[in-house]
Amino acid sequence: MNISRILIANRGEIAVRIIRTCRQLGIETVLAASSADTESMAARLADQVVVLGPPPAAASYLNVTAVIAAALQVNADAIHPGYGFLSENSRLALACNEAGLAFIGPTPAQLLAIGDKLLARSNAVQAGLPVVPGGEVNTLAEAEALVEKLGLPVLIKAVGGGGGRGMKLVTDAAMLNETLQLATAEAEAAFADPRLYIERYVRSGRHVEVQVLGDGRNIIHLGTRDCSVQRRYQKLIEEAPAPNLDDELRAAIHAAAVSFGRHLHYLGAGTVEFLVDVERGSFYFLEMNARIQVEHPVTEAICHQDLIAEQIRIAEGKPLHLRQQDIEFDGHAIECRLNAEDCSADFRPVPGIISKALFPAGVGIRMDTHIQQGASVPPYYDSLLGKLIVHGKDRAEALHRLQAALAHCQIEGVPTNLALHVSVCAAPAFQAGGVDTGFLPIHLAAHPLTETPLTELTRGDAHGHA
Amino acid sequence: MSLNYQDVQELLKLLDETPYDELTLQTGSFTLHLQRSADGKGWQQSSSLADKPHVIQASIAANVAAAAVLAEPLATEAGLLEVRAPMVGTWYRSPKPGAEPFIQIGSQVTENTVIGIIEVMKLMSSIPAKVQGTVVEIVHGDASFTEKGQLLLRIRPD
Repeated sequence: MNISRILIANRGEIAVRIIRTCRQLGIETVLAASSADTESMAARLADQVVVLGPPPAAASYLNVTAVIAAALQVNADAIHPGYGFLSENSRLALACNEAGLAFIGPTPAQLLAIGDKLLARSNAVQAGLPVVPGGEVNTLAEAEALVEKLGLPVLIKAVGGGGGRGMKLVTDAAMLNETLQLATAEAEAAFADPRLYIERYVRSGRHVEVQVLGDGRNIIHLGTRDCSVQRRYQKLIEEAPAPNLDDELRAAIHAAAVSFGRHLHYLGAGTVEFLVDVERGSFYFLEMNARIQVEHPVTEAICHQDLIAEQIRIAEGKPLHLRQQDIEFDGHAIECRLNAEDCSADFRPVPGIISKALFPAGVGIRMDTHIQQGASVPPYYDSLLGKLIVHGKDRAEALHRLQAALAHCQIEGVPTNLALHVSVCAAPAFQAGGVDTGFLPIHLAAHPLTETPLTELTRGDAHGHA
Repeated sequence: MSLNYQDVQELLKLLDETPYDELTLQTGSFTLHLQRSADGKGWQQSSSLADKPHVIQASIAANVAAAAVLAEPLATEAGLLEVRAPMVGTWYRSPKPGAEPFIQIGSQVTENTVIGIIEVMKLMSSIPAKVQGTVVEIVHGDASFTEKGQLLLRIRPD
């Protein structure tokens, strides 16, 4: 099939990003927006806007019935779900199939296989991937036997959890029974699924992921991304390729991601996430994300590819036009997520109206944003204002460009986490490359962001970061 | 039309060679402004898009009423303490859908009793009563949007 009109069931910078590629491809766009977003940049750029419902996501962006009805009403050929919201929802994918619409993403069966953490883990084992040693536990005796085998500390995880939710650390065998009981009760309450599994706790881990593309038959990878700079499991800085990774280890991680995608006959763009155990020099499968990701631009920068265009091609039923040997890696790219957050108040998100938006520009600089002067940051959705992506011939050049670019970024009207990025980029450990996921909390504890160095760098006045 | 980041990079390659410090480019309703940064080490961009969105109404928009902002009901008795929302967001009376509310009419609360949750931009904050007494009125409905300072409860002090 040929896709000539796409309904975008999303908002913010990713909606703007999708519209940009659609324009280049000559595809019409209809933005499906909540009533809070009808004046947004994406709404102004889209050919049409259809109102899904009132602002709360449950009544608009998460409403499968409203999204399908909107797509049929405007005669769209396909739905692009972006990331978050309904992007990995098998009910939407299924409803698209039933309504004769193309879902720009994997099949409903693949979404189900990846969504359940134990199912994803067993698929990974079948595909020959290393998983963190551990397994499902149903009784205390099973848990004790497993802990005996793994050694302490261990992590108790909820099968229904994910993204850092539903995890408990056990460092003392005497606490195992009590923690298990607590975890079962919490998993039941939070995820309506009391099932638990236990994994060895990896003390020093890096979050390394691999971008893949599949057409259901063939699968290729587009290299690694490192997303270890995280705060409370929220990624803040991502880079491609993952720095300071042994060549053999990198090649093994690439191969594992491709094996997993091939095992699933994966259709679309996806990301296979791994935990790299720095102490042991080994890696483990974590989970797969069956969508375009926030951090996809760093991969685009080093591969010179347009991942949204590839997603659309695949959704049209076309075979992959790229072979593995067509993917060449050029230099290094780093992305900073700029959020409307108050660094001096525990990174509390703050909604508001943007009174000034001045972004860096120049060679090697890409700004993906939905923010312009006068834009609204509504209180209903996440706090992402935009992503600053820099590319250089190597990591040193990219980092140098990033530091200059951050200094040329001025956003007023809401507080931002710009100071955090300035601080991290100046940290010797980050500059050396290859920090683990424990880095950011330790860095912030040692360098609290009560001052906003950026204000002094770029402006003499006092407003902005309250 | 608008320009993408590759276009801007090409423009700046040309502009870098010139003595000029600023460029404003206007095409229809799109305006791009480029200026040399104050430190002279790079460029800054701002853009604006004056297009009016072409909004069509959905044939079946989700039939969920937006939280109506009603006038505050009068207190049923004198001397009640008011608990107001400390922040903007969505007000939830229970820890999760279907669960028992944190407090009911008649509940005894102290300063630290959690009376509900306000969610803003995916962040959940527990809301303490900050006063001591008995809950006599629950003014703001569950799962509805609240402005900062909106009345949530009235409490009879002990």
